Amino acid sequence: MTIPDIKKENGWEAVIGLEIHVQLLTNTKIFSGASTKFGADPNTQACPIDLGMPGVLPVVNEEVYPKAIAFGLGVGADIATYSVFDRKNYFYPDLPKGYQITQMDYPIVLGGHVDIVLESGETKTINITRAHLEEDAGKSLHEDFQGMTGIDLNRAGTPLLEIVSEPDMTSAAEAVAYAKHIHQLVTYLGVSDGEMSQGSLRCDANVSIRRTGDRDLGTRTETKNVNSFRFLERAINYEIDRQVAILEDGGRVIQETRLYDPDKDETRPMRSKETATDYRYFPEPDLLPVRINEAYIQSVRKNMPELPVEKRIRFENEYDLSGADATVLTSSANLADYFEQVVKSGGDSRLAANWVRVELLGKLNKEGMELGDAPVSAEQLGSIVTRIRDNTISGKIAKTVFDGLWAGQASTADDFIESHGLEQVSGTDELEPIVSAIIAANPDQAEQYRSGKTKLLGFFVGQVMKETQSKANPQQVNELVKKILDS
Amino acid sequence: MMLHEHTIIELRTGLKNGEFTAEELTLHYLERIEGKARELNAFITVTPDIAMDQARQSDKDRGKGVAGKLSGIPIAYKDIFCTDGVRTSAGSLMLDKFIAPYSATVVEKLGEAGAVMLGKTNMDEFAMGSSNENSHYGHVLNPWDKERVPGGSSGGSAAAVAAGLCAAATGTDTGGSIRQPASFCGVTGIKPTYGRISRWGIIAYASSLDQAGPITRTAEDAALMLEVMAGHDAKDSTSIAAEVPDYSRTLGDSIKGLRIGLCREYFEDGLNSTTEKIIMEAVAVLESLGAVISQISLPSTRHAIPAYYVIAPAECSANLSRYDGVRFGYRCENPNDWEDLYKRSRSEALGNEVKQRILVGTFALSAGYYDAYYRKAQQVRRLIKNDFLEAFKEVDILLSPTAPIPAFRIGEKSGDQIAMYLQDIYTIASNLAGLPAISIPAGMNGHLPTGLQLIGNYLDEAGLLNVAHQFQLQTNWHQLSPPAADS
Repeated sequence: MTIPDIKKENGWEAVIGLEIHVQLLTNTKIFSGASTKFGADPNTQACPIDLGMPGVLPVVNEEVYPKAIAFGLGVGADIATYSVFDRKNYFYPDLPKGYQITQMDYPIVLGGHVDIVLESGETKTINITRAHLEEDAGKSLHEDFQGMTGIDLNRAGTPLLEIVSEPDMTSAAEAVAYAKHIHQLVTYLGVSDGEMSQGSLRCDANVSIRRTGDRDLGTRTETKNVNSFRFLERAINYEIDRQVAILEDGGRVIQETRLYDPDKDETRPMRSKETATDYRYFPEPDLLPVRINEAYIQSVRKNMPELPVEKRIRFENEYDLSGADATVLTSSANLADYFEQVVKSGGDSRLAANWVRVELLGKLNKEGMELGDAPVSAEQLGSIVTRIRDNTISGKIAKTVFDGLWAGQASTADDFIESHGLEQVSGTDELEPIVSAIIAANPDQAEQYRSGKTKLLGFFVGQVMKETQSKANPQQVNELVKKILDS
Repeated sequence: MMLHEHTIIELRTGLKNGEFTAEELTLHYLERIEGKARELNAFITVTPDIAMDQARQSDKDRGKGVAGKLSGIPIAYKDIFCTDGVRTSAGSLMLDKFIAPYSATVVEKLGEAGAVMLGKTNMDEFAMGSSNENSHYGHVLNPWDKERVPGGSSGGSAAAVAAGLCAAATGTDTGGSIRQPASFCGVTGIKPTYGRISRWGIIAYASSLDQAGPITRTAEDAALMLEVMAGHDAKDSTSIAAEVPDYSRTLGDSIKGLRIGLCREYFEDGLNSTTEKIIMEAVAVLESLGAVISQISLPSTRHAIPAYYVIAPAECSANLSRYDGVRFGYRCENPNDWEDLYKRSRSEALGNEVKQRILVGTFALSAGYYDAYYRKAQQVRRLIKNDFLEAFKEVDILLSPTAPIPAFRIGEKSGDQIAMYLQDIYTIASNLAGLPAISIPAGMNGHLPTGLQLIGNYLDEAGLLNVAHQFQLQTNWHQLSPPAADS
């Protein structure tokens, strides 16, 4: 897309803020004991509280507090020692009580910021306004029932942390970088499983356009419920393009809520009411204000895992990695753990980094698999690294070993090397007769080499490698060929 | 003396001594309920099968020596307490077919103590009313005068206890809904401190004000019922964690030197002169027992009714949003779409008083009005609470009439909402402050009973019950039976 350039040429600037809804990784719902497991049959995980039945009352699931606090600490925010749940009133069939319990005036997390890395390599600070706890709504299923709407309340009451950014982003790329940063952070902290395809992290994008240099904000639109980074980028770019086109035509952008349709790659207004929605917030009388003391905050801090940025810096120093390698290897906590395990059993950190980054991630990418599904364990990959390091196998053979372990043909590198006879032939005694035989079998080339065409060295080495099925140590072969031809 | 004229204390002795069985006692009440008293319309649902089963079980338990505190005592539940497997209507067409799959904590506790459930009593729809004229199931007649109302909203419970249709009944009190009908029907009714009794399973009207309590023939019985009903409940975040005292044990305490304050503002305009005379005679009785009487002022109390009629409707406007015809309750025929489903289901199944309060509450919470109404009302609420806290520095207990006039004629005030709302002028402030208060019979205004209200400091139910009991030892107003109890 070249929209940002066109926009700049015409003197327009986009202003973007994101509201990210993160489903918290808890066993049960925020106000009931029903399971939050994804994928159950409709309405099998909805208890009377989730159904909003008469006389039931919410009780806060205490699991949500350390998660919200950990997030807040992770972005350098203030943790509110006093926060309040409110009722947000609106009617919709998948909102059982006719109100959502959320936090309006007194959210649990205030402020904070993250530093995102732009494509240019520069970093940019994105400020966070607040993050608050709330319950998710159910789902309306319009497709499956002829002329009717089905309601699935399994999701109703799933705990959410809504993270609201300042309008600090100016392009879709920045917004995506920010969203990815938040995704990485919440998965690192175990705040969320981050499964976007299951709706664990959903973005609402507030987009407006103004003349470059203007201080006043333009009229914004809110594009709701975008659940992939790719769609987020496309939705924002579409919205920027659309709004610029309206403004260039002398029109006015209407403040409205829109939905992104990935099939048509466009945003559309949601069916809207003639009047602005008034949610009539007021404090939830069924719940007491939440009071969190400093000792509790400190206990959460103590139990927090290493943050992505801390880990990246440690990897660069401790494992002598390039910034690029460290960034990739710390992109998720799982991958970082995997890498560290490979180093632990394989020994050579740079070799390990190369193998994880190039071979493992390349293969996963090619197969469309997740790290968790990789058939080669970190210990197995470590055993391959060990054998490369001690010259038992060459890098090329190592790839064969890797493929063999991937296919489940052996349980360790050593087993595979032994059963397939792949051990590197490196003794002079073993190699010398082979090299001599190859030279003897190719007298013309030997003659040409001796008369100065030294490039033919590669030919002889290649022949030896072929003869030994690549098991020969290429360095040694090189030396032997030279030695015999030059003698 | 007929069985139904006995107090719970007396019935317990009779059961213990084998003078009658729980089965006989229950049958006696069931016969009364289904007899001439049916015209009172005190019950919405009678549960003879459950009652007889529970009574037989009680007799068995007694035989085994494992009878609970209320074993074999036939009681009734206001039809706002959810009862597993038995319809809970809240007096509304909306819930005419609603059967909860759970019981209120109060119902469970009373059941565990061995109480026998006779049925569910009539009430103003969703507890909104002071005359029991707002029930989908028709109005309830006052057992003392069938031309008159029993008070509300717990009118069915008060009438049933007065007419000897049950030994005790539960009620709920949001602005006087236990005390005012208790006063009109000549029985004892206590609204404990907010949070003393779990609200789990009680259909919500105004969550920050709703509180359950017993309606009984005597203070002694109320103490016994309260001991069973009160206590912390993990399912209600607003329930108080304090230990439940043995209320019965302190009933014999002397009230010599007890400081009782007469609230000046409660003896002003609008108070029926006979009612005033009755209250002052009652004061003389307490004085003769050694109580020290003084006058105190609650200057903000005159704002109690306006504050209440903002806060209660605001909360109810959200609490009643769940009645949308989607998951349970009344659903209109052939809705065109979900909005039509909501509008028609609610229009058809909710009564006028309920609709009016929803409208008022929705308005009070609306953008632009919130500060002027809801926030202001909450400020008034704090002032009222502060008035009480100041008063309790001077005195131990406050005394007032329960209602400004005795039971009025059916239809007499139905055209005059303000006159109806003024019924709660002495009772509402204690709900706004969350204080415990009790109404006991204090005299007769012609042929109509008149109640005296005592308001205590937080968690001083024991003090209230003690004063009430001491008064009842000196008087026989609580022993008078209405004409409807003779048959």
